Amino acid sequence: MFETLTLSTLPPEDEALRPALRALIHEAIADTPVHRRARSWQGFDAAFSRKLGQAGYLGLSLPKEYGGVGRGPFTRFVVVEELLSAGAPVAGHWIADRQSGPLILHYGTEEQRQFYLPRISKGEALFCIGMSEPGSGSDLASVRSRAERQDDGGWLLNGQKIWTTNAMHSDYMIALVRTSGTTADRQQGLSQLIVDLKLPGITIRPIVDLTGDAHFAEVFFEDVRLAPDALIGQEGQGWKQVTAELAFERSGPERVYSSVVLLDAWVRHLDAVGRKDSATLRLLGSLTARHAVLREMSLAVTARLVAGESPVVEASLMKDLGTSLEQDVPVLIGDDLAAHPDEPIDPELYRTLLYVTHIAPSFSLRGGTREILRGIIARGLGLR
Amino acid sequence: MDMSELIDPFARLIEDVCTPAAIRAIEEGGNTAPMWAAFTDSGFLDALVAEELGGASLSLADVAPLIALLGAHAVPLPVADTMVARAILAGAGLEIPAGPVAIATGTGPAPFGAVAAHILSGTPQAPVLTDARGQATGVHHDVDAYISGLDGAVLRPVAAIIRALLISGAAGRVMDMTVAYANERTQFGKPIGKQQAVQQQLSVLAEQAVAARIAAAIGARSGLFPRMLDAAIAKHGASLAAGQVSAIAHAVHGAIGISEEYDLQLLTRRLHGWRLSDGSESYWADVLGGLRIADRHAPTVDFIRAA
Repeated sequence: MFETLTLSTLPPEDEALRPALRALIHEAIADTPVHRRARSWQGFDAAFSRKLGQAGYLGLSLPKEYGGVGRGPFTRFVVVEELLSAGAPVAGHWIADRQSGPLILHYGTEEQRQFYLPRISKGEALFCIGMSEPGSGSDLASVRSRAERQDDGGWLLNGQKIWTTNAMHSDYMIALVRTSGTTADRQQGLSQLIVDLKLPGITIRPIVDLTGDAHFAEVFFEDVRLAPDALIGQEGQGWKQVTAELAFERSGPERVYSSVVLLDAWVRHLDAVGRKDSATLRLLGSLTARHAVLREMSLAVTARLVAGESPVVEASLMKDLGTSLEQDVPVLIGDDLAAHPDEPIDPELYRTLLYVTHIAPSFSLRGGTREILRGIIARGLGLR
Repeated sequence: MDMSELIDPFARLIEDVCTPAAIRAIEEGGNTAPMWAAFTDSGFLDALVAEELGGASLSLADVAPLIALLGAHAVPLPVADTMVARAILAGAGLEIPAGPVAIATGTGPAPFGAVAAHILSGTPQAPVLTDARGQATGVHHDVDAYISGLDGAVLRPVAAIIRALLISGAAGRVMDMTVAYANERTQFGKPIGKQQAVQQQLSVLAEQAVAARIAAAIGARSGLFPRMLDAAIAKHGASLAAGQVSAIAHAVHGAIGISEEYDLQLLTRRLHGWRLSDGSESYWADVLGGLRIADRHAPTVDFIRAA
């Protein structure tokens, strides 16, 4: 099983992007402290997103006719890897670039493509994904937000989303809502709507997390009037569309590298204090080896995307392993540092360690919980 | 070349000659000659030998699926080790012996040491071939043996990659067997595979089996004279997976899994043995950590991209 996941090599023309991109990133974040870089893809900077768009690093897999770069998932792999390794603030464009753009390209009308895709590629249309609701977390099919078709073909949207990443910074939300039937109909009757977040009737309240950041929000819809072209794809096919999107959402290097800024800061600490005993080398080697294997797995799943497949099970498998590593990093590095109480520790490293330690539970919540992913793998194994 | 032209006949060969009964017979000290003759006659033993020296000039990555098949079927003879040994011996201009060759890389038990006719040590450039005079480990049905007085430490990276590939094959087969068992075995009125608690464990097993395969492939890609970095990643990942795969498979199988007559143990005993052979996960983590610290300021991504 899963034999299609094999080693893959990044095309040389994609590898060639690294030096110029690296220079751009370095210029932007040279003065950003490590604990901010450790925000990884939670760090928001609209100006930086626009700068990446102007330089041609967004919309990489979107066709040139829609303002994209006309390359593919491998190109995006390289760019994402560089951004995450450096700890660049990518949250602004992240969701649009990763999944909303490909979704609109795949399911959108010609008009929707012409309207949204060029802006996504410039980093000027920032998207969030409205999935979770107060009563719908892992049980996504139970969403209650509802859009009623109006006489003019438009929609009247009512309901509430919660834990929506970057809603307060976004221009649009792609919301999964019920357009027919009741919650008893489960996956039937759900649709995806593009909601302009500046419309009347929308209230967005940021939610502060345990680190003091507000990266997610609750979003209220009260008689929000949407135009007919808010519907993306087919009415009633929202569940199918969301499922296909998840292969993009779950397979990238961001499911491996969320703690890599901390890991690199710890390596610099080891170098500074000159520690190279066996226990230290063993931990360093183990974490490095696990990153290497997961990078190849992520690349292998990316190769399936390049081949035009929708490797949902493989992506789940890779994400579960990847987030486990991401969560092990702060635990093991914390133990290591505190096992040397007489060693001087840079307060910036300590602050970074505790930030990652506190936020790490989110790694296996966002984009599908560990338990949901394992359920998907079990189905792939033929157990369900 | 279409790899199935290579893999299919090899798979048929193994299924013909390496039945569970044949494995058990050899483990009990039976005659290894008929099974070995089948592998010799197949021509596969010279797959890695250079074409001008009479071989097929395949790369280690080419034969990786074959080595994984050897693991998947718990082949009790050093077929992969002999393939590597023959290529090294031929490359050094030495005569290739007819019998099975095991590779000794340390003072611990050498894999297949008890069923080999010869032991390879030394270095790839200056290999040393000696008659096998191993000392039994005393472990039930073990085909490994202690080999003393030889230095083959330089061969440890390639031997570790062989072990990683064998682990990956065995882990994949254990996954298939365990999923099949979970779908058959009924308790509380339904197959145990319908229980979420069991499903979650099997998902972890599958993740580890795939991780072992990817890790081993990183090693195989590095070739017959692998870089230390690649060998370390390969064997660390495979060894890490071996223990977890075995533990979950046995947990799901229940008591029958640890019975001698059931075939699972043929694979899980090997997973444990190969995990410990040619350096465990911690041995290779030490090696990799040493390489990394020597590279001083290389960020993780840059360091692993070189693998």
